[in-house]
Amino acid sequence: MLDRREFVQKLLVDRKDLLVVSGLGSPTYDVAACGDHPLNFYLWGAMGGAAMIGLGLALAQPALRVLVLTGDGEALMGLGSLATIGVKQPVNLAIVVLDNQHYGETGMQPSHTRAGIDLVAVAKACKFVDALHVSEIGAMSHIRDLVHNGGGPILVQARISNDAAPRMLPSRDGHAIKLRFMEALGRLDCMNS
Amino acid sequence: MDDSTKTALHWPDAIYAQFRRVGIRQVGYVPDAGHSRLIELCVNDPNIHDVVLTTEEEGVGLVAGAALGGERAALLMQSSGVGNCINMFSLMRNCGFPCLVLITMRGEFAEFNPWQVPMGSITEATLKLCGFLTYRVDEPDSVDDIVGGGCDMAFGGDLQVAIVLSQRLIGRKEWTK
Repeated sequence: MLDRREFVQKLLVDRKDLLVVSGLGSPTYDVAACGDHPLNFYLWGAMGGAAMIGLGLALAQPALRVLVLTGDGEALMGLGSLATIGVKQPVNLAIVVLDNQHYGETGMQPSHTRAGIDLVAVAKACKFVDALHVSEIGAMSHIRDLVHNGGGPILVQARISNDAAPRMLPSRDGHAIKLRFMEALGRLDCMNS
Repeated sequence: MDDSTKTALHWPDAIYAQFRRVGIRQVGYVPDAGHSRLIELCVNDPNIHDVVLTTEEEGVGLVAGAALGGERAALLMQSSGVGNCINMFSLMRNCGFPCLVLITMRGEFAEFNPWQVPMGSITEATLKLCGFLTYRVDEPDSVDDIVGGGCDMAFGGDLQVAIVLSQRLIGRKEWTK
């Protein structure tokens, strides 16, 4: 099994212009723990919406890569959005589900993935171009390359351990996070045009 | 065909013309009879990403992502879909995303299906509780003006705006073949 912080840190190293949307709870803390970045859009709510935010962003910015990093509970709440993404086939969108098979924020109750519900199989059924499980850090270079360079839509279900990581809390001010993200994106557009 | 009939048939075209004026680039929708003409216009427009949703709340996420990426988006839904969106609408208020929702009403006038009435009768109040400005349209001739004003409010001020297209405007649902 993977250590969530090590996995996310290795996934985001040398991220360049990668746009990152993080699902509420631990994935938001994991992304923040890698170092705050203006191209992070941290969610503190809107459970079930992370993948669709990624789709809207991917359609609006086809020249950039979009990564949605979320948890198994958040992904399960937005299961239909995998079908919606499958219809649109965004080549620049990857979803990585940090799967500890539990709802960490509410007291570690088991999630549907604990009972064997397979998000990779769902993604494949929804016409994702690539969908795979990962549970060993040895596969990291392949996963990182896929997320940063592979043709999407991509879903990676990463089996992480239940070990609690120290909480690393980014800003909860939605307006500030949004404006900072849009300003950073605007600077990229200026440089690329 | 007299003039009033022509106007009645073309109110979706008036909405589409406003979409073009303000540069809407993404449109999320759940298939709907009342919005069928507008959906067709959007699907056939190469400048618009049409995104068919499994449930309306997905569209709220889409709007947030589009806005983050610098594009304007609109959502088309039936009044029942408003109920599906309530928690996700918090994303719009928390971050101040511009949000334009066009709602075809059910359950308020000449409704044959009582199952539409509970949600239809609280749709506008629900939107107000969720922080939306609501503008109701009853007459085809008012569509252009009201939708245009709603677009300017939403995108000019990062506000959440709902255009409520009344069941009298849309017309009775025909069930005879």
